[in-house]
Amino acid sequence: MLNVEFDEERCKGCEICTSVCPKNIVVMADRLNAMGYHPATVIEQEKCISCSFCARMCPDVVITVRKEERK
Amino acid sequence: MITVFERPAALTSAKTHYCPGCTHGIIHRLVAEVIDELGIREETIGVSPVGCSVLAYNYFNIDMQEAAHGRAPAVATGIKRVFPRKVVFTYQGDGDLASIGIGEIVHAAARGEKFTTIFVNNAIYGMTGGQMAPTTILGQESMTSPDGRNPATQGYPIRVAEMLATLEGAVYIARVSVHNPQEVARAKKAIKTAFELQIAGKGFSLVEVLSSCPTNWGYTPTESLKWIADKMIPVYPLGVKKPLEEEKS
Repeated sequence: MLNVEFDEERCKGCEICTSVCPKNIVVMADRLNAMGYHPATVIEQEKCISCSFCARMCPDVVITVRKEERK
Repeated sequence: MITVFERPAALTSAKTHYCPGCTHGIIHRLVAEVIDELGIREETIGVSPVGCSVLAYNYFNIDMQEAAHGRAPAVATGIKRVFPRKVVFTYQGDGDLASIGIGEIVHAAARGEKFTTIFVNNAIYGMTGGQMAPTTILGQESMTSPDGRNPATQGYPIRVAEMLATLEGAVYIARVSVHNPQEVARAKKAIKTAFELQIAGKGFSLVEVLSSCPTNWGYTPTESLKWIADKMIPVYPLGVKKPLEEEKS
């Protein structure tokens, strides 16, 4: 499963998530979603530290964040 | 894998009608997260206002009631008095609460009605197209103050949190912001405190949340968040206005 998953069809392309990511891995996709916005996405999943900053700042609850369970 | 962040159960899966980057969505989510954490989803009744958040009843997965413009505190008063064990909150913008509904909120607070108000202050009328609101800051350009708000002709902004904090019926008044992840966490804590005090039957509580309006301010969503930090917070200082730290001890 992905660390950080974007429900791209909900994204309105406001770019707030890209400005708060401490690892700068949230980028805007070139493709359009059904609402006509460029959705935010993460390609380098392995760099995600599951801090949830993007999800906490997302006004549209686009983002789900997961992390590995500590053994 | 464990999930550390997902949609709270108290929010429906409906897409909101808010403009891209509008922080109403963040504030809705914070209220929903608090409702989930307190386990009161079946016990909560919300009152939605007139303004951008008029359709809030589509987004909260709880019982909601729509109120006439500015009259959410009066409707909430009725609901809370009939159902004193329910958790009742109003969700109001600055045009609704600070302009047409200012009398309602002042008297609800003065009576010490035991409900909670989430007051979203974005310093402008959003839904009607960016006219000057009572909370518009000096010098701010809007549709009806195109040269910037001029105190000589248009008066001064109203600081609702400070004003209501002078009333004995209000037990908890705080101002928070949602312009960065740290402030979002503080905002959630304040909303949770307000709900907890209501559940304890203490009295009226209000959380003023500084919010952005990228569309009517004319900035991008990220510039708008910076505008909150740079321009709004100096006029609307954050913090708990009541009870003050010295009163608590």
